[in-house]
Amino acid sequence: MTIDNKELKVAALKEGTVIDHIPSDKLFKVIAILNLKNTHSQITFGYNLDSAKLGKKAIIKISEKFLEQTEVNKVALIAPHAKINIIRDYKVVEKMALNYPQEVVGVVKCLNPKCITNNEPMKTKFRQLHPSAETYVCHYCEKTVDVEDIVVL
Amino acid sequence: MKGKSLVSITDYSKDDILRVLSAAKEFEKNPNQMILHGKVVATLFFEPSTRTRLSFETAANRLGARVIGFSDAATSSTSKGETLKDTIKMVSNYADVIVMRHHIEGAARYASEVTDVPIINAGDGANQHPTQTMLDLFTIQQTQGRLNDINITMVGDLKYGRTVHSLIMAMSHFSPTFNFVAPIELAMPEKYKLFCKENNIPFQDLKELSQDVIGNTDILYMTRVQKERFSDLMEYERVKNVYTLCASMLENTRPNMKVLHPLPRVGEIANDVDDTPQAYYFQQAKNGMYARQAVICDALGLI
Repeated sequence: MTIDNKELKVAALKEGTVIDHIPSDKLFKVIAILNLKNTHSQITFGYNLDSAKLGKKAIIKISEKFLEQTEVNKVALIAPHAKINIIRDYKVVEKMALNYPQEVVGVVKCLNPKCITNNEPMKTKFRQLHPSAETYVCHYCEKTVDVEDIVVL
Repeated sequence: MKGKSLVSITDYSKDDILRVLSAAKEFEKNPNQMILHGKVVATLFFEPSTRTRLSFETAANRLGARVIGFSDAATSSTSKGETLKDTIKMVSNYADVIVMRHHIEGAARYASEVTDVPIINAGDGANQHPTQTMLDLFTIQQTQGRLNDINITMVGDLKYGRTVHSLIMAMSHFSPTFNFVAPIELAMPEKYKLFCKENNIPFQDLKELSQDVIGNTDILYMTRVQKERFSDLMEYERVKNVYTLCASMLENTRPNMKVLHPLPRVGEIANDVDDTPQAYYFQQAKNGMYARQAVICDALGLI
């Protein structure tokens, strides 16, 4: 994919990772789940951009940073239809598939107020109920949460 | 050596279950042995439960262990705001095994991750109470002479009742058949029915405890229908009587059939059942001590 003549709302990226087709209302959750506020990379966001598919979409471009598969998978919990591309020298060199992570540590809040993770200073831990399931189980209180109800810490 | 914690019944494989049950059988024959002489067992009851605590402490005492601990979080440093982690770390310095009960769910799992001392979960809120399951299994084996191919009818609160959920998981190793008898409000959650389907365990959902069902049952597992689970109290009054077991309902049972209940009961088993040959819930409670003796020994790698 090369840059076409269409006007870009967000500056093109030379090297790094682009996360596109994020539903606008999920942008800040994606930022949170990837812990982007603590990176030193240059990041540009587009918010409420026009999208034929989504109506309004968001996009994140992270310069000089190449996301690992484990990081990418976290995005699946929030925006399973997002597109993640690795860019080198302005060209897409890799399209990363989004798979639900088998395990997520320190990212998802347990919705059970009686869970130990909501009562001790500690990290949460969830595992996928079984491969391909859209349900996660809290490693501690063993309550389940559907992907659509997930709350990011 | 990191000991073997028992937090959830699924921590035990089929072999673990069978090994612990066979040890429990030995303790039933001879409950007083000095196997744990020189060991210290801590019983940390962040939530009071006299019944369970006495059962564990008697189990430990009869095996020659010394017991330390507390029976209420108000008398521990938890009331001063100490984290669970710190309490567990501190007690780990003293005890060889920690038995803990906590109202917070997942507390025992977390405790097992912050110490190398084995943790035995004596109940964490509505989540798990695995030694109850072990005593249920022991009682089933004791009364039926086997664990395989048992027809179990569960009655009452199947939605919130942790004992029935754990029993399903544990019995799944032994090709059981289940009848789930509950009002719609307290029906067995889909999660467990799905588990049965995936493991080819036959079950049926029923709303009534009929003579027909009782007649085909080996183990009738009664549970308490708790008033606070109902938003409509009229509904509670109607439902609680539907699931009351009385002696006249036990006239045409299989000869091996026994009535179990995790206790305490409220009204779901009428007093006249106590005098029937099928009543077994008091012996079941006694079995808790043997099962806990076996679990403690297993946690310490002694069986």
